[in-house]
Amino acid sequence: MCPAMTSLPDDTTLRTEGLDARGSGRVLVIGCGAIAREILAIRDRNGWSHLDLTCLPAILHNHPERITDAVRTAVTAHRADYETIFVAYADCGTGGQLEAACAEIGVEMIAGPHCYSFFEGNEVFAARDEITAFYLTDFLVRQFDAFVWKPLGLDRHPDLRDMYFAHYDRLVYQAQTDDPALTDKAKRCAERLGLPFERRMTGYGDLQDTLARWAQR
Amino acid sequence: MADEEDDIVLSELDDDELVEQMFDDLYDGLKEEIEEGVNILLERGWQPYDILTKALVGGMTIVGKDFRDGILFVPEVLLAANAMKGGMAILKPLLVETGAPRVGKMVIGTVKGDIHDIGKNLVSMMMEGAGFEVVDLGINNPVESYLEALETEAPDILGMSALLTTTMPYMKVVIDTLVEKGLRDDYIVLVGGAPLNEEFGKAIGADAYCRDAAVAVETAKTFVARKHNQLAAG
Repeated sequence: MCPAMTSLPDDTTLRTEGLDARGSGRVLVIGCGAIAREILAIRDRNGWSHLDLTCLPAILHNHPERITDAVRTAVTAHRADYETIFVAYADCGTGGQLEAACAEIGVEMIAGPHCYSFFEGNEVFAARDEITAFYLTDFLVRQFDAFVWKPLGLDRHPDLRDMYFAHYDRLVYQAQTDDPALTDKAKRCAERLGLPFERRMTGYGDLQDTLARWAQR
Repeated sequence: MADEEDDIVLSELDDDELVEQMFDDLYDGLKEEIEEGVNILLERGWQPYDILTKALVGGMTIVGKDFRDGILFVPEVLLAANAMKGGMAILKPLLVETGAPRVGKMVIGTVKGDIHDIGKNLVSMMMEGAGFEVVDLGINNPVESYLEALETEAPDILGMSALLTTTMPYMKVVIDTLVEKGLRDDYIVLVGGAPLNEEFGKAIGADAYCRDAAVAVETAKTFVARKHNQLAAG
């Protein structure tokens, strides 16, 4: 096996357990399980074998109040094993708490409010100033039921749909990869939510530039 | 169990049993049963205000408590709220006719850039249930909307809601504008929303952060009573 490669667990494991570090490399990225696949794709494409990745359970996306403590714990747990640690989270609903914690413990994180913003590019996303779009990424399309449909109780009470989504006017699928099957699934997600569908090919956006910078350290 | 429940005929229950059953039906989000219960109590000569406070608000208080304790979750609370809304729709015109006591008045709205209104709607409903007159400005409100409503409605309370960490700082914009205009002390300012906390409420200059609809009602009552006492003391 190529030393730069890491076998990626399935999406369910990424959602509930995250990803363990490989245990080698001098730079560690502690990230969200929802972007594990993307980080590894960028890393492996660029041959950054010195960069290791561990991910927290992606389901923290639905519980942002738990993210800061989880990141803090992970940084503490890995600090002695790596020269440098980076945090692959944006603010992600922590209301500045993650940023404050990262500043306190001396680690850099991704700029921006959330992955929807950095995948599109923070500047472009901010300029759009969209407040009525509901976003899905590749991972969230694959995990739509676990992250959206079931937590909102729509599997049990589909009649609640319009109470949640009445003010949205579209579902925007931010595609990291060009995958027709995933696009079809995203379209079905939009239909289930009763929203018009829009696909944007974002690629990895600012994540790629951020990782490139981190890999140079 | 389900069969037993199916056998319950609301009109055959005495008043206490019916109110208890309405608590259960609210908890289970059964809108039609709530509407039926409200109509039965009206037919029995109950005052609309008593039905509202004893049956509906009483039931929603249990729902709110179990939500806070992690026993119920948002979908179940929404269903309960929808059931209460059904009962409120019957009672509201009657409450106006019968001149139910008015505790105070609130202007409430979700801040600019934010289209989420589930929490705000719950607060509006529970405030109405507690005897407050509520003017709901809806979603995505710029500071101008709040100022206009404060001027025209002259409420006791301004309520602001936000679900996003990116939009909650806008509450400070509104409060700072009130301060600039010398209006801040004219209103009780309550804020709420999932990403907020007490520290944030204090930092932006709100009177209080309310973690849920039930807390909002209790906080509003306390502040309004304090305001009235201060006015009485001159």
